[in-house]
Amino acid sequence: MNIDFTLTLPYLPFLLQGIEVTLKIAAVGAIFGTLLGLILSLITSKKNVLAKITSFFIDFFRGTPLLFQLVFFHYGISSIIDGFVPAALTSAFVVFSLNSAAYLSEVLRAGINSIPKGQIEAATSLGVSKKDIALFIIIPIALRNVLPAIINEFITLTKETSVASFIGVSELLRRQAIISGTTFRVIEPMLIVGVIYYTLNKLLSLGGKYLERKLSYDQS
Amino acid sequence: MIKVEQVSKSFNNLEVLKDINVQFEDDTIYAIIGVSGSGKSTLLRMLNGLEVPTTGQIWIDGVDIVSQTKALERLRPGIGMVFQSFNLFEHFTAIDNVMFALKKVKKLTKEQARAIAIEKLTEVGCAHRLEHYPAQLSGGEKQRIAIARALAMQPTVLLFDEPTSALDPEMTVEVLNVIKKVTEKKLLSILVTHEMNFAKEVADVIIYMDQGQIVEMAPTKEFFEHTKSDRAKKFLQNML
Repeated sequence: MNIDFTLTLPYLPFLLQGIEVTLKIAAVGAIFGTLLGLILSLITSKKNVLAKITSFFIDFFRGTPLLFQLVFFHYGISSIIDGFVPAALTSAFVVFSLNSAAYLSEVLRAGINSIPKGQIEAATSLGVSKKDIALFIIIPIALRNVLPAIINEFITLTKETSVASFIGVSELLRRQAIISGTTFRVIEPMLIVGVIYYTLNKLLSLGGKYLERKLSYDQS
Repeated sequence: MIKVEQVSKSFNNLEVLKDINVQFEDDTIYAIIGVSGSGKSTLLRMLNGLEVPTTGQIWIDGVDIVSQTKALERLRPGIGMVFQSFNLFEHFTAIDNVMFALKKVKKLTKEQARAIAIEKLTEVGCAHRLEHYPAQLSGGEKQRIAIARALAMQPTVLLFDEPTSALDPEMTVEVLNVIKKVTEKKLLSILVTHEMNFAKEVADVIIYMDQGQIVEMAPTKEFFEHTKSDRAKKFLQNML
């Protein structure tokens, strides 16, 4: 066996700084993805022209590879908007948000459909406005009902942030490549990166389990 | 006062209400009876806009709620509805269920809403269940809390849509007792029910419906002692 961390260890701080970048992309993707996903799911639950356009948007982001979307946006947008070259991190923020929104909107749509109609009728009969019904009845119950699926999406998202290395965002995997290029050691930085991804997602899934327990109001 | 004028309702091609004309007076308790599918619930649900007539008008205190949706929204808090399946908000505790519309619709402060909620939940005998979630409550408790939720809005009209049909016999009694108590107040109450004895006991007026029409409507005593229509006679024979 030929594993030796002595050459890699000096670069450990540099590698660890990548966690922040990875988390930033994941967090932006999760937050904006959820918000936008909610809006998309509310739109597609109707039957009109806007719903059709929205469905097409969702289809596009689910039907093409994330890497394609990222490269297409980052290098292609300057051809559409003359001379506009976004920072790599900005491109990552935008594409990951839109991509997560497309996936999450489908998950959230299932959540919205899972709400018994009677509770919406009860709120309506009390005179509660449509806006308040959406904000305080539909969205909270929908989110709770699909929480495990949402956490799943967040875990996938965290792992997929590694794709951002292709457009030069210095997240975890990109830093590993830089260290490997400098030290000619591949396996050691790889191992560290693997452990970091695993730990991040373990924490995420534990957090999800904790939330599920806290929100178990439907258990007698 | 609620006036229903020439109301018909079709779902797809199925006509569930045919030219209904009826007037509900204040401070009166009405019981609507009839077999399942006779249109009772549909008529009741129209009275607070949960169903919209295909044709016809519904006047509440002189305002047509079919054509004036803004007026309907304004009147709705005053028209309480109690459902067969309770329809408590599953993610709220009992007290939050009652407080929700007080805060969002009546714009009361948390303290004001809480005080009213405790008062109403005490009235229906659920003061010991304030912090329980619906999943932790019995059917009878859920329905009593749903009644408290409707009462908290200080309605002038209370609609009950088969309030005990989803309950065990022993829970039916506790819910009926609460309904009896709350409908004694100055209110217009309309009760869709299969509980004939209860209808006989509390209602002032009985409305018998069959095949989307009001077949017979009479003061309770008269209705049960001198039933006029053959259809109502046959129905009562089967029920009692």
